Amino acid sequence: MSKGNRVLTGEQMPGAEAVRTKGWFLAWRWLLARRVSQISIMGLFLLGPLADLWWIKGNLSSSLVLNTVPLTDPFLLLQTLAAGHLPVTTALLGALFVLGFYAMLGGRIFCSWVCPVNVVTDTAGWLRRRLDIRKTSKLSRSMRFWMLGMALLVPGLTGYLVWELVNPVSLLHRGLIFGMGMGWTLILGIFLFDLFVSRRGWCGHLCPMGAFYNLLGSVAEKTGVSLIKVNAKDRSRCNDCMDCFAVCPEPQVIKPALKGKGSPVIIASDCTQCGRCIDVCAQEVFHYNTRFAQFDATTSTGSSEYATNYKAEK
Amino acid sequence: MKVTQPKPQARNTLSRRQFLTDTGHAACSVGLIGLGLGMYGQQSVVHATQALRPPGALDEEHFLGACVRCGLCVEDCPYDTLKLGRLFDPVTTGTPYFDARKVPCEMCDDIPCVKACPTGALDPELTDIDQSRMGLAVLIDRENCLNMQGLRCDVCYRVCPLIDKAITLTMLRNPRTGVHAIFEPVVHSDACTGCGKCEHACVLEEAAIKVFPHNLAKGELGAHYRWGWKEKEKAGEALVPDIIDLPDRRPELEGLPINGMPPLGGNSGKGGF
Repeated sequence: MSKGNRVLTGEQMPGAEAVRTKGWFLAWRWLLARRVSQISIMGLFLLGPLADLWWIKGNLSSSLVLNTVPLTDPFLLLQTLAAGHLPVTTALLGALFVLGFYAMLGGRIFCSWVCPVNVVTDTAGWLRRRLDIRKTSKLSRSMRFWMLGMALLVPGLTGYLVWELVNPVSLLHRGLIFGMGMGWTLILGIFLFDLFVSRRGWCGHLCPMGAFYNLLGSVAEKTGVSLIKVNAKDRSRCNDCMDCFAVCPEPQVIKPALKGKGSPVIIASDCTQCGRCIDVCAQEVFHYNTRFAQFDATTSTGSSEYATNYKAEK
Repeated sequence: MKVTQPKPQARNTLSRRQFLTDTGHAACSVGLIGLGLGMYGQQSVVHATQALRPPGALDEEHFLGACVRCGLCVEDCPYDTLKLGRLFDPVTTGTPYFDARKVPCEMCDDIPCVKACPTGALDPELTDIDQSRMGLAVLIDRENCLNMQGLRCDVCYRVCPLIDKAITLTMLRNPRTGVHAIFEPVVHSDACTGCGKCEHACVLEEAAIKVFPHNLAKGELGAHYRWGWKEKEKAGEALVPDIIDLPDRRPELEGLPINGMPPLGGNSGKGGF
């Protein structure tokens, strides 16, 4: 292994083995599905301004579906509450819908399946691997919770939504619909930051919006309402190729499920459920499981050792 | 048997130190970011005077805490009047505004922008568009206003949706010719909604009449101050019963003329309060 600053070929990239054994489509399908999801959501919002089809109005911050169902970003609503404004019922109701949706599907599923910035940071992450850039400024992963605290505290002190001045998530989504202006500089900044300064720096360490959905996912997991999880149920097949760790935006979540003695389900709320680990694993260790399928999973596997552990933990 | 185990303890201390360092690092960095954002926010509160808020917008301070920057008002505006502020625009990022000189507010009867607002940043209590106060038109350049030069432009007056209420023409004598009149456009704040049609229509290269936010366009009386004649009207009679005839006072310089005036007669100068 050289010490960086070379360009990896496709064959050397993590996931190459999966392409060989499973075929190209199966080795990329969840990434493709996520891009389709992200682009379709963006497209739905753009249908109005571009094609005059107003199925959904507004943007991710707050929107109106088919002129009836309001949707409001709960993190944004919290910021306005912190600023001392009690919104009218439309926004409260909209935030409840969104809260319920992400609580059921797993909080940070927003980050990997909806958030437009994810495309930018995923690309930076991919390029970082491709260019074999190893140098990274280590940030604490808890930094995002401090950011979240700041984003909610400062409006209380000043009365205005400071985070929304620069929030790249709402800025990019809004910008694509209403015009970016100079907003692209901020997005470029995040791309370069993730590429050259800190590996997965933005989404994995700093973004308070991710931190909010992280907490939501954590609460949903503890109260047992979250439905979908990634499950390393065939972990006995793992051949330690490390490809999943290389592509995972939050690699710390894999180890307990893959190498631990407990449940093979990735329950850490840091997990964005992007499914890249499923894609790149040539051994097909990982699977998406619904909450209900998890119970079947214990019987359908050949590894009795973990099955008992899993049952014991349940 | 009595051997203590320094190793775990040492590790403990180290991890505690590590924890405190990490926490301090995170807290300080985020604190700095917060401070920076606070300062940037403070600056963006004072936005360009030409950026007017949609009808029913709460006062700026509350508006910035209430608006979620969703753009629903913008998309529901049938005349493409409203825009969302972009990064580094002279208005807070993502908030709706309009530039009256470019596209003024058409004052829709059903006020779709207010109806679209999910948070109440545009006050849903506003149901009569004539009651909206987006700003106040001011004839800011009287030197270049054609009407003020004695010409009959009258465009701002003619386009005003509340003609003869929000803008009236006051006839003055034209001292330049001595025989003609000047029809001065006068804006009345009790009727002007700040829609900006006058500013939009002004025929000059740069509008002589402009809409400004109320805090710029309006003065404010001291809370204690009363207009005498209004109080008199309210009370039905003068509040001061009779003119008190106070004695005149003058310096005690008997016989000397003050400023060349002869001494006043009939008063010794010793009177007064």
